[in-house]
Amino acid sequence: MTDTLLLGAVAYDPKVVTIWDGFQRWFAARGLPFDYVLYTNYERQVEQHFAGAFHVAWNSPLAWLQAQRVAKARGRDCRAVAMRDTDQDLTSVVVVRADAPIRSVADLRGKRLGVGAGDSPQATMIPLQQLAEHGLVGGRDCEVRRFDVLVGKHGDHVGGERDAAKALMRGEVDAACMIDGNHLLFAQEGTLPRGQTRVLLQTGAYDHCNFTVLDGAPTALMQRFTDLLFGMRYDDPEVRPLLDLEGLKAWRPGRTSGYALLERGCEQFGWLQPFLQHMAAG
Amino acid sequence: MTDDPIDLGELGLDAGGAVLLRLGLAERPVGAAVPIAGSAGDFAVHLRAFARAEGHGFAETPADQRLAGPRAPSGALVVATLTRGDAAPSRWRGAERAGAATADGAVDHPKASWGLAARGAMVEAGAPAFRFALADRDEVWADDAGALYREAAAAQWDPGAAIPWDAPRPHPAFVEDALVQVLTYLIENETAALVVPARFCAQVHPHFREVMQLLAIQAADEARHIEVFTRRALLGRKELGLSTGGGQRSLQTLVDEPDFALASFLLSVLGEGSFLHLLGFLHVHAPDRCTAEIMRLAARDEARHVAFGMAHLKRHAAHDPTLLGRLRLAIERRHDALRHTAGLNAEVFDALVVLAAGELSPAAIARGHAAVADLQRQMDTGRQARLRRLGFPAEEARDLSALHTRNFM
Repeated sequence: MTDTLLLGAVAYDPKVVTIWDGFQRWFAARGLPFDYVLYTNYERQVEQHFAGAFHVAWNSPLAWLQAQRVAKARGRDCRAVAMRDTDQDLTSVVVVRADAPIRSVADLRGKRLGVGAGDSPQATMIPLQQLAEHGLVGGRDCEVRRFDVLVGKHGDHVGGERDAAKALMRGEVDAACMIDGNHLLFAQEGTLPRGQTRVLLQTGAYDHCNFTVLDGAPTALMQRFTDLLFGMRYDDPEVRPLLDLEGLKAWRPGRTSGYALLERGCEQFGWLQPFLQHMAAG
Repeated sequence: MTDDPIDLGELGLDAGGAVLLRLGLAERPVGAAVPIAGSAGDFAVHLRAFARAEGHGFAETPADQRLAGPRAPSGALVVATLTRGDAAPSRWRGAERAGAATADGAVDHPKASWGLAARGAMVEAGAPAFRFALADRDEVWADDAGALYREAAAAQWDPGAAIPWDAPRPHPAFVEDALVQVLTYLIENETAALVVPARFCAQVHPHFREVMQLLAIQAADEARHIEVFTRRALLGRKELGLSTGGGQRSLQTLVDEPDFALASFLLSVLGEGSFLHLLGFLHVHAPDRCTAEIMRLAARDEARHVAFGMAHLKRHAAHDPTLLGRLRLAIERRHDALRHTAGLNAEVFDALVVLAAGELSPAAIARGHAAVADLQRQMDTGRQARLRRLGFPAEEARDLSALHTRNFM
């Protein structure tokens, strides 16, 4: 196994196979033996990462925090080695109908808040954390309605956000949470009729996925992997379709400063505890 | 070059603003800091998402500093500064033009990766390769393909309007029976004449668009012929006539021919060429005005099919000295394959005689028989003439014409 770099990824969409098959060919043509293992959920992936099933994980922000905490508890080293340019500096928004008498976060008191999947950092956790910092605690000060699509995928599937947006327009919720880019997308595609919604709150900037490695990963293979990643160019016609599918123009060195909001939310609401307890028990 | 803001005024990125923004950014150099002004709702939120998705740097102007900044002509404030990324120009690095759109712009060997792109379009590098079996200009091209297509498009006719369906049919029942048998045979043959070009249409590299268009309209012509022959047959009878195994075997050798040049030779030059005479015969001997008009219009279409087959095979033969030899072998092979079949079925032959006779007296039948014999001579003469025009010596043309299927198509 150590002559081939193994990656773990979550199959949140059939295109995941196309993407990693494509990268596998591209890496192989450049002398890096590469293979991948798909999981149906991030919790299994993190667990198997620590079990040594693969070398590098394509982790969601929540999976990154889970891995980081488990590593800390076990005295292991955990690093984010690379991420997409589009993983950096995202924001999420809490959206209300334009004609709603909701002018501030305080006006959401007693109202219904539509969020994405329960484990979605962008459509649920970070908005709930930011609302709490503005004095509104979901579940206590307002009703939280979850639109769960593919739980375990950490919100990688856009369906939950779209369902929340539709519920907003049907009047079933008073506010809906989504990534900034999805607000633009939903407006362009008509899910949110243009001019009929208003951003009530924009969260602080945060980062999304990263390639996570634990200590003990094969150094030379990992070095070759990151060298090749950072060498991918958008003007390379062979790799461009894969970058388009994966939604990036360039890979960036990993950074962990962009997970602070999610980390604060996890501390405040204890979102990591069930998984950490499961891992501790294991 | 300008440092002025791109001013979207009240236009939101969800309402077309992204178009203006892309056009504006394309005018600035990669790496340039470009202030963006706009006053649409949630403009800064959308601008951040736009910049991230399109690979531009994004720096939002803090809300409390916007008023101190410059105001765009629309009065909108600068809400952020984008740093132009290189993704858009990177996408088109290595792109190439797929020949030229004009008729003389087709290249000899279009690339598989040009795929479905319009001839003359700028094609992104890395586009998927398509497998078009007919991607060699010499194999498919005819210099007048464009003109023939335009002529065909202009000559399309509406069966509902062009055919006098209500014209009187004063002829006796045995003539109607004979006509329905001939129409049944025509439908079967026109089905082969539809399937063959339709199959090759999907194999021609779309770079040769005039050829693709011509094959498509040829298939459409045959679809219309099938419709009108069927409709005419059902005017007087509830059921169609007979279809023989021999007839189908003859057509199967045509449908199964995988080589475009050979299939086109057997179908258009020999088969449809012979059918031109048959349709002419049926026009003359039609028992009613409706049938006569159907045959006239169908023959007009078939003449174009023959013209294209002749044109591209003549051109092909001029570029490939082995072609005539292969065409000869194709006729011989088909003749051998059909040696033990009946050829034209007796029911069709008899029906043609009856149609030409118009009545069942021995004298009339003799006239009808002579007319059909004359038709076969005309078909043979026409085939020989076309074979000579393709470059076959007269003697060989005569021998090859004699080997053509007795089923006509």
